[in-house]
Amino acid sequence: MSSSTDATLETWQAQQYKYGFYTDIEADSIRPGLDEEIIRLISTKKNEPDWMLQWRLKAFRHWLTMTEPRWHNLRYPKIDYQGIIYYSAPKQAKDRPQSLDEVDPKLLETYEKLGIPLREREMLAGVAVDAVFDSVSVATTFKKQLADLGIIFCSFSEAVTDHSELVRKYLGTVVPYSDNFFATLNSAVFTDGSFVYIPKGVRCPMELSTYFRINALGTGQFERTLIIADDGSYVSYLEGCTAPMRDENQLHAAVVELIALDDATIKYSTIQNWYPGDKEGKGGIFNFVTKRGKCVGRRSHISWTQVETGAAITWKYPGCILLGDHSVGEFYSVALTNNYQQADTGSKMIHIGKHTRSTIITKGISAGFGQNTYRGLVKINKGAAHARNFTQCDALLIGDKCGAHTFPYIEVANSTAHMEHEASTSKIGEDQLFYCNQRGLSIEDSVSMIVNGFCKEVFRELPMEFAVEAQKLLEVSLEGSVG
Amino acid sequence: MLEIRNLHAGVNGREILKGVNLSVNAGELHSIMGPNGSGKSTLAQVLAGRDTYEVTEGQVIYQGRDLLEMAPDERAREGVFMAFQYPVEIPGVNTAYFLRAALNAKRKHHGLDELDAVDFLAFVKEKIKLVGMDERLLQRAINEGFSGGEKKRGEVFQMAVLEPALAIMDETDSGLDIDALKIVANGINHMRNAQSAIIIVTHYQRLLNYVVPDYVHVLIDGRIVRSGGKELAIELEEKGYVGIEGTGAATQPVTAGRGVS
Repeated sequence: MSSSTDATLETWQAQQYKYGFYTDIEADSIRPGLDEEIIRLISTKKNEPDWMLQWRLKAFRHWLTMTEPRWHNLRYPKIDYQGIIYYSAPKQAKDRPQSLDEVDPKLLETYEKLGIPLREREMLAGVAVDAVFDSVSVATTFKKQLADLGIIFCSFSEAVTDHSELVRKYLGTVVPYSDNFFATLNSAVFTDGSFVYIPKGVRCPMELSTYFRINALGTGQFERTLIIADDGSYVSYLEGCTAPMRDENQLHAAVVELIALDDATIKYSTIQNWYPGDKEGKGGIFNFVTKRGKCVGRRSHISWTQVETGAAITWKYPGCILLGDHSVGEFYSVALTNNYQQADTGSKMIHIGKHTRSTIITKGISAGFGQNTYRGLVKINKGAAHARNFTQCDALLIGDKCGAHTFPYIEVANSTAHMEHEASTSKIGEDQLFYCNQRGLSIEDSVSMIVNGFCKEVFRELPMEFAVEAQKLLEVSLEGSVG
Repeated sequence: MLEIRNLHAGVNGREILKGVNLSVNAGELHSIMGPNGSGKSTLAQVLAGRDTYEVTEGQVIYQGRDLLEMAPDERAREGVFMAFQYPVEIPGVNTAYFLRAALNAKRKHHGLDELDAVDFLAFVKEKIKLVGMDERLLQRAINEGFSGGEKKRGEVFQMAVLEPALAIMDETDSGLDIDALKIVANGINHMRNAQSAIIIVTHYQRLLNYVVPDYVHVLIDGRIVRSGGKELAIELEEKGYVGIEGTGAATQPVTAGRGVS
């Protein structure tokens, strides 16, 4: 890019991270550190049955034998697992508020500031929200209306006590406690998250969403989400995440398990906007997440859509195990790394059933000093006759100090498989920028228009209400990196 | 409206424009003709504000302001439009969305209300008829998968939507078949009015069979060597650029109008 465009782009400073505030609220926190006593303490605080505690301890003991993975294309300082507070919850008059009236107004205010007015969302039918604040779920809306249809939408803690049969039956069946270093850590110390069960033949009439907020200093967030879609059901679920601006890095290690039975469809969307750190790369969330869906049933369908614009480090590979014949797995991703952000993300599609199909479409955008890696595995097992995969990985570079990397792995053990892989890397064109400029659009508007156009295939997979949000988020996240 | 005085510009220290003088008034249509490499496109790009080119000397006054001091997007909002010789594709960006953003940027700049999607659509549907293009084009990504001719017609369509005060058309006629050429010409003729000016940069005079210029200028080796009325284009057609140069016009420009200052 020529020098004067450079200068304009470099001086262009878009908005700051809008969600960086901190809510001053009295918290019930435990001491930092990780040992069996801490795990027992978390379990006690959550009034868990013994089987849950035993599962946690099994995971913890296994975790002690594991080492942090190093195969990724990420660089970050050593994480001190003993320095983290594994449980912190805002103090409330009641342990589990039955309605929004019982929720601390300060918390409601926090969510309002984040653009998620829980009360309003309760009024405006259409989106049911579970709000998770540090280690606990503080409110879940629309519970009653959903319950009338037999849909269970509640915090994970609540599910462990109230729907323990379902939790016991499915927990760890997609992501076993021993799966990987971060998932195992989560299995030992997870605190809250959402639980969803859609009964047979029910089409969930509204978007379900969970909003994760890290607030307290020195804590980690370890949530766990489990979604089960019974035969012939349908659900669309969305999660959003934000955190205050801090110089320290904070760890977020979540696990999400999805289970789709015969003819069921789960659409899972993520808008991840954790604090990304400042322009020099100081602070920000370390986001190490394991998300996996299992298409257990015939003709079941799991679709992941993610828009990853936040976090200093992103490590996640939402995938699908395509067990049922004719099942379908999809992964659509936009990952943006600006300033010193790093992302190593992609998908895993494991084809086991016959006539299984999968699609992977990823858009990586690197700006500033950002490093963006696509890592994917498509595996066709021996018995997966007539499996098909289509993968398309596109990378867009803005400026000349960032990087895009691609590590696609393809393992095919059945000769009837049909595989397609497309990849492209392009630099945001000076010609495109000038063309937009010449039509009267400013540099900022031109860049976000070009980037949004690049991401269109993914954005159109998002629920309507959130597509606009994602687009705006992208604009904000492109913060002055271009050049 | 536009006053170019002794304009020198080049790339990487190589001078391409070597002292261009030109004045254009509202209501006029000027055609700048010249052989390949004479600097026609450079002139168009410099006026639009492309920063690949460095202006080393001279002045450009547009509506009483120093055009060269203005950023390209500001020039555009002030009414300067360039129809690109090679319009770029912008994947995923819907044409209607793009044009509405462009038009609204301009309207905002002039203190006018922005058009909403409904009003805008009604407005552009009228304009798109001018260039004989299908309405469905509006829902396609800008120039993506357009044929060469469609791209050129698309530029004329955009020009019709943005209603520029000064339009610079960079080889809009190249690569068009005769039918498309007539459509483009028709579009341009529609846009001629007393308030705006058009500069058509072209290699051939064939477009000028359908769009009659007020002034024709011959640009050779970075200088306007001759200016005249529409008959100059016909003379060029007969003699070729070599013939024109041979007349020694480079030192004694013919001022058939206000075209050369």
